[in-house]
Amino acid sequence: MIKTETLHFAYPTGDDVLKGITLEIGDSEFVAIMGENGAGKTTLIKHFNGLHKPTKGHVLVDDVDTRKRSVASISRDVGLVFQNPDHQLFCETVREEVAFSLRNFGYEPETIERRTKNILETLDLSQYADSSPFTLSGGERKRVALASVLVWNPKHVVLDEPTIGQDYQQKDRLRNFILQLVSQRKTVIIVTHDIEFVAECKPRVILLSKGSIVADGPARKILTDERLLDECSLVRPQISSLMSSLNDLGLGQDIIDVYTARASILEAFRRVK
Amino acid sequence: MSIKMFEGFKFTRLSTPLHNLDPRAKFFLTIGFFAIALLFQNLYALLAVFLVQLPLVVVARSTRRWLRSMKGGALLAVLIFVMNFITGTTFAFSLSMTIRFLALISSFSIFFMTTSPDDLGLALESMKVPYTLCFTFTTAVRLVPTMAVDAQTVVDAQRSRGLEVDKGNLLKRVRNYVPILIPLIVNAIRRSVELAEALESRAFGSTEKRESLITLKMRPSDYLTILATIVFVTAAVYVNLYIQLPTLDIPIKMPHIWPWAS
Repeated sequence: MIKTETLHFAYPTGDDVLKGITLEIGDSEFVAIMGENGAGKTTLIKHFNGLHKPTKGHVLVDDVDTRKRSVASISRDVGLVFQNPDHQLFCETVREEVAFSLRNFGYEPETIERRTKNILETLDLSQYADSSPFTLSGGERKRVALASVLVWNPKHVVLDEPTIGQDYQQKDRLRNFILQLVSQRKTVIIVTHDIEFVAECKPRVILLSKGSIVADGPARKILTDERLLDECSLVRPQISSLMSSLNDLGLGQDIIDVYTARASILEAFRRVK
Repeated sequence: MSIKMFEGFKFTRLSTPLHNLDPRAKFFLTIGFFAIALLFQNLYALLAVFLVQLPLVVVARSTRRWLRSMKGGALLAVLIFVMNFITGTTFAFSLSMTIRFLALISSFSIFFMTTSPDDLGLALESMKVPYTLCFTFTTAVRLVPTMAVDAQTVVDAQRSRGLEVDKGNLLKRVRNYVPILIPLIVNAIRRSVELAEALESRAFGSTEKRESLITLKMRPSDYLTILATIVFVTAAVYVNLYIQLPTLDIPIKMPHIWPWAS
């Protein structure tokens, strides 16, 4: 469980970036943190593995204050994948890149080999195992970064903007993969601007604005709240706008995904017939 | 690695007498400080060069950021002191060299805190430096803060993958920097290629002779600054040649442990 208690944070050079964040993310929960640029999303998730320590308040990971553990030790439980893969790739081969963290954590060579092989297969990267990560495309580099964290099988997974630079098919795979992680009872926290992606995944959504939480609830409720979304510079998902503009047909107004929308429209047609 | 140190060399737009000074006059003043600091080995003289700069920092309303650059230099200053002292120089001389170092950083810090990269470019151009060189220089100065932010992100990303920079023996610690330096260098190269392409697509270098919207003009205060610098440097040379300055006599010296130190 990841828990924050009136978390305040300021960079040494400026004002408060986070102003009293209190939230609780339970084990095997799937959460999307959304909000405008500069709302403090990335700053918040950097608290989850102790990279940032709160200036006031507390962050607890599995009931232990992050001030009491080193980043390396918390990281074994909280895997944080950064937004830009170019900030971390440095090895000669993808295989080495993925094994880097396992070596840091002191795994046995056989375990390293087995785990690396598995994760490369899972993320569709096996064919690049011996390539240099620098020769891969942006989307592929992003998957290497993801693999390099998931490889040690952390209990909580935090992804910063995982969909950037991924084509639609890859996004679909990513969604299935995340749902698979959730079904393996892992906590998954994503930070994203990609409202369509969130609409398809339907996680719990936490809206952040100017360093404070403005809303926290199921995607269905939050992504259809025009006023709230506007406050956070977000636009509701296309399906949701469509359903809203077909209001007269008496369709459900809290629909954000294609399948429910289809069912609702079909039902309306049947009623007309 | 910390971003904070670079704050002490970063330009902030303020309107103070020092900020409004012509960049050429300010550059001249900085060189003046530089020359005087290198001229003397005497502790009191160097201390004076250092202290004379303090009012300038206050006038430029940059005390806090100046302190950051001093803090950033502190580690090196200590190193300079220790290295001097253990290699057999006197306590006073080691102290002098440390103060000299601080005086030098301080003068650069003041210059860069109060001079915008644009002004710097204009100053270089007016000194007949080729435009491409001026541009390269100002871009480099401008990219320092960006690189500092990048460095912090890279450190964070690698720490999240279990890298512990301060762990292990000396060799291991040096090797710990590889995962940080490679992404930084790769990013810097990528960025410069992108910058070059962006510049070329905006017709960089298409005209031989450039005109500038703002032209630098020396005002009385600028001439006064230059004059004052000349007077001070001349006085310093005179003092150095003809006047015996008091010295600090603290009879502390390292025992002779190095065969080459006498």
